[in-house]
Amino acid sequence: MVERQSPLEPVLHPGSHGNFEHGVEIILSETRPGSILQLAAWPGEEKKLMAGIHAVTGLALPDGAGGGVTNGARSVFGFAPGKFTVVDEAEGLAPAFASVVTSAIGTVTDLSHGRTAIRIAGPKAEWVLAKFFAIDFALPAFPIGAGRSTMHHDIFAQIQRTGADQFDIYVFRSFARSFWKALCHASEEVGYEVQ
Amino acid sequence: MLITCPYCGPRDVIEFTYQGDGNRQRPQPASQNLDAWNAYVYDRLNPAGDHNEIWQHSGGCRAHLRVVRNTLTHEISSTAFARGDHNSVARHRAEDKP
Ligand SMILES: [Zn+2]
Repeated sequence: MVERQSPLEPVLHPGSHGNFEHGVEIILSETRPGSILQLAAWPGEEKKLMAGIHAVTGLALPDGAGGGVTNGARSVFGFAPGKFTVVDEAEGLAPAFASVVTSAIGTVTDLSHGRTAIRIAGPKAEWVLAKFFAIDFALPAFPIGAGRSTMHHDIFAQIQRTGADQFDIYVFRSFARSFWKALCHASEEVGYEVQ
Repeated sequence: MLITCPYCGPRDVIEFTYQGDGNRQRPQPASQNLDAWNAYVYDRLNPAGDHNEIWQHSGGCRAHLRVVRNTLTHEISSTAFARGDHNSVARHRAEDKP
């Protein structure tokens, strides 16, 4: 398999940075999933699409806007009415949906090469993200597994909470380097480690 | 100004795009009724108070919304999905059938 190039490669510098004398409070990394898909149901077909996602990934989506779930290797969350982002560490997830999500149910769009996945973790993750996005990052308002669609200036972002103090952010690949640099600057004052 | 998206919850107005007056009645595309087209393009109620508007949550879930905004206070008194207003998806899919 051809090695996929990362847009972050020139600016991703592993190690501790910023004000880390008292320890790092943020960990930044690129998760580099093999598959990032966008699934959309036709009106009235949402339950069938959710059943199809369960059949292919083993992940059972909760009901409700922005609901989601992750098992570490695979993640899924709603980002719009009847629309879901499905992520897998492994490549080749799109063909697995071909016979499940029929043209009567909805559509599958493979965005694996179009999005970059950035993980921000640590005790100050909520605090740093609150500087970027005007949404509520507190755990009761943004539970583990849930997804949110929002933007930082013109950089559209889908955010999934994958842990109590961990978030995975999906941005357009062409904006990823700029967004990564902004995340690093915002994390400087609390000390951050790039892995 | 905050708009409460039915899917995403309360969000800053910067995430939304105004799509125009929600009172307009678009004539059928083949209509030659010039008065109806003139009203669609030019006639506006311009109320000092509650106004029906169409907004898109372009920086979020991208749904089109039917919003009632007070033009004096910017108070948003209701938001709902615009989908279904004209049953457009169902109509187009029905017409696609041979
Ligand atoms: Zn929304």
